[in-house]
Amino acid sequence: MTASKPISLKDEGLEQKKRSTPMGDALRQFRRNKMAVVAFFIITFFIFMAVTASLWSNISFLDAPKGFKARHTINPAGLDRVDPYAEPGHCARDGLDQGKAWCALLTEEQRARFPNSCRVEIPDPNQRQWCYILGSDGGGKDWMTQTVYGAQVSLAVAFVGSSVSLLLGLVYGMVSGFYGGRIDNVMMRFVDFLYGIPGLVIIIIMQVYFREISSKYEDSSGIVGFIVEINKDLGGLFFLFIALGLLSWIGTARLARGQVLSYREKEFVEAARAVGARDRRIIFVHLLPNIIGPLLVAETLAIPGYIFAEAFLSYIGLGVQPGTPSWGEMISRAGQEGGFYSNRHMIYVPSAALVMLTLAFNFFGDGLRDALDPRLRGR
Amino acid sequence: MTNVAKSEKVMTAPAKKKDYGDPIVSVRGLKKHFPIKSGLIFQRETAAVKAVDGLDFDIFRGETLGLVGESGCGKSTTGRTILQLHRATSGTVNFEGTELTTLKGNSLREMRRKMQIIFQDPYASLNPRMSISRIISEPLVVHGIGSERDRQKRVEELLERVGLNPFFANRYPHEFSGGQRQRIGVARALALEPSFIVCDEPISALDVSIQAQVVNLLQDLQRDMGLTYLFIAHDLSMVRHICDRVAVMYLGKIVEMAESEELYTNPLHPYTQALLSAVPVPDPDVEENRQRIILKGDLPSPANPPVGCNFNTRCPVAIDVCFDWDPELIEVLPGHWVACHRVT
Ligand SMILES: Nc1ncnc2c1ncn2[C@@H]1O[C@H](COP(=O)(O)OP(=O)(O)OP(=O)(O)O)[C@@H](O)[C@H]1O
Ligand code: SF4
Ligand SMILES: [Mg+2]
Repeated sequence: MTASKPISLKDEGLEQKKRSTPMGDALRQFRRNKMAVVAFFIITFFIFMAVTASLWSNISFLDAPKGFKARHTINPAGLDRVDPYAEPGHCARDGLDQGKAWCALLTEEQRARFPNSCRVEIPDPNQRQWCYILGSDGGGKDWMTQTVYGAQVSLAVAFVGSSVSLLLGLVYGMVSGFYGGRIDNVMMRFVDFLYGIPGLVIIIIMQVYFREISSKYEDSSGIVGFIVEINKDLGGLFFLFIALGLLSWIGTARLARGQVLSYREKEFVEAARAVGARDRRIIFVHLLPNIIGPLLVAETLAIPGYIFAEAFLSYIGLGVQPGTPSWGEMISRAGQEGGFYSNRHMIYVPSAALVMLTLAFNFFGDGLRDALDPRLRGR
Repeated sequence: MTNVAKSEKVMTAPAKKKDYGDPIVSVRGLKKHFPIKSGLIFQRETAAVKAVDGLDFDIFRGETLGLVGESGCGKSTTGRTILQLHRATSGTVNFEGTELTTLKGNSLREMRRKMQIIFQDPYASLNPRMSISRIISEPLVVHGIGSERDRQKRVEELLERVGLNPFFANRYPHEFSGGQRQRIGVARALALEPSFIVCDEPISALDVSIQAQVVNLLQDLQRDMGLTYLFIAHDLSMVRHICDRVAVMYLGKIVEMAESEELYTNPLHPYTQALLSAVPVPDPDVEENRQRIILKGDLPSPANPPVGCNFNTRCPVAIDVCFDWDPELIEVLPGHWVACHRVT
């Protein structure tokens, strides 16, 4: 009867061990990966910028005693053209052209000595002063503000792309893997077919087509007109979402199916069937919590792909609509408006943002993978 | 000493050890074939793995029936098909007077309360995302038994019953050792108070030191709760002391079935003899004279079993008729069934 006696705490060796739950272990594992933690904060920072972008353009956040007040709008009202580009750090008072960029570096007395280059009138210190922290484009629009708005586009594409892909792929792959047989066969042949098509080419063709629709149905009523209207309000993002979402789920569906197949035959699933659990319970209680981890990791690692796809499409003019700043579109504008040597900041700023955000998602995805890897659990 | 001479020598009636009551499970002509499909889009069934190919046997109330055979001979498939985890290709499974193979939906779900399964792999058999208490209470949740508090109490009772401290009910499977996990699996199987449990190699994956503990636990439970076991194992020596009767399987069929002492002392089928000859004997004199019967060749594929007796490719004493006719399982001595042309 020794077997049936409750084993003491010591025997089980459990009381020395720290309490360990799958969530807690994952978090602990994630925190160990320093790069991933840094990446997490970078992503959070970009999200914060994107969410608060509109506040930045209306509320001053710096009010130094010398009248330095940085306010950002895409085109500050009343500010004359700053020709040709404001360098990073260039400041100007409302209603005044500060002339050449170097004038900004002079004190007001010094400036008075160069009446031809810098205007003699001493600006009214009570006037607002605008500072281009990261310079401007040729139209005097603040480059940093545009970059922040560009983050909105990139992050929207990242989250919508990955959510659509996850949702469609998960449902499709799980149905295929769970019900198996003929259903599985037909569904997977269709995925194979889509997989063979070069995605970017299809997206480009679709975007060209959508462009056409947009201009044709611009003012028409009805469902198409309504969608075109929404797309216009979103700066062309709606059709971009459709184009990206339509193909991005394929890989997810394959992964989800493979995961379901590997777990479907596991003994704990069979145990659940043996007690009479219904399909719904097996899918949501036994399969989903086990397969969701790898899918989230894959989806996170796919985000840089979505961001780059949007940037590329916008770069070649098939992404966002004109007037909506996006990093790809900004880089393209930087190239057109003067090339690499005359206004480097225009290229550096959106490129740096693009590289930082995509790298951050990559490192974050790596950290997530380590955190959810059961082989590393509990260490 | 040839096998045939040996089998003739000891053909005396064995003493029946136990009084068997009514069968709790009656299996007749049970077949489970897994189709092999091919074709790109429109798949056709081109062949079948005959994992279980015609079984007839009874399991009596309160006994432990051992099911022994090489890997891949269809033992697990038999257990799962009886429990309707696989649906039978043909044949019948009668459980306490109810025909299971035609049951569906809620009536089948209701029957599942009476029959459960314990698995081989203690790591794969517990959902890593569920706490122990959720795992053990799942059968109760599925059947809507008791309130949340009742279930927690039941979980604690069950944990105690299988020798685990109820204190750890909220922990997760990865924190437990193999033997402890196997006990958790037993507790889950007991939650619905079944009368019949399929034990699919429940101790094969455990350390030798822990195997005895789990066997003791299973035997205690059987005695206290009047359980009936179908005990699957791949090794004859393991089941000798656990089982009342033993059935030996080869390639989807039962080749010999008898009370365990009878089977060990008087094996009649050449395959059983070969299996037993590989088991070391504790008595040194007997051990010295022990002759190993080495089977030639490999296990044929269950997708393409030999014509006639399916053991004929490896049988050391096969005769012509073995290649034409499949021998039937016949009761040659009271309670001792054999399927071999050389015996019957
Ligand atoms: N779901 C399935 N689909 C196709 N073939 C299967 C399936 N399950 C089992 N088989 C095949 O049926 C045969 C019997 O398998 P089974 O698992 O019953 O063997 P077993 O005797 O339990 O072996 P082991 O000792 O390895 O557990 C094997 O050839 C196996 O490949
Ligand atoms: S029937 Fe023939 S082949 Fe089969 S076991 Fe008996 S002797 Fe061997
Ligand atoms: Mg098996």
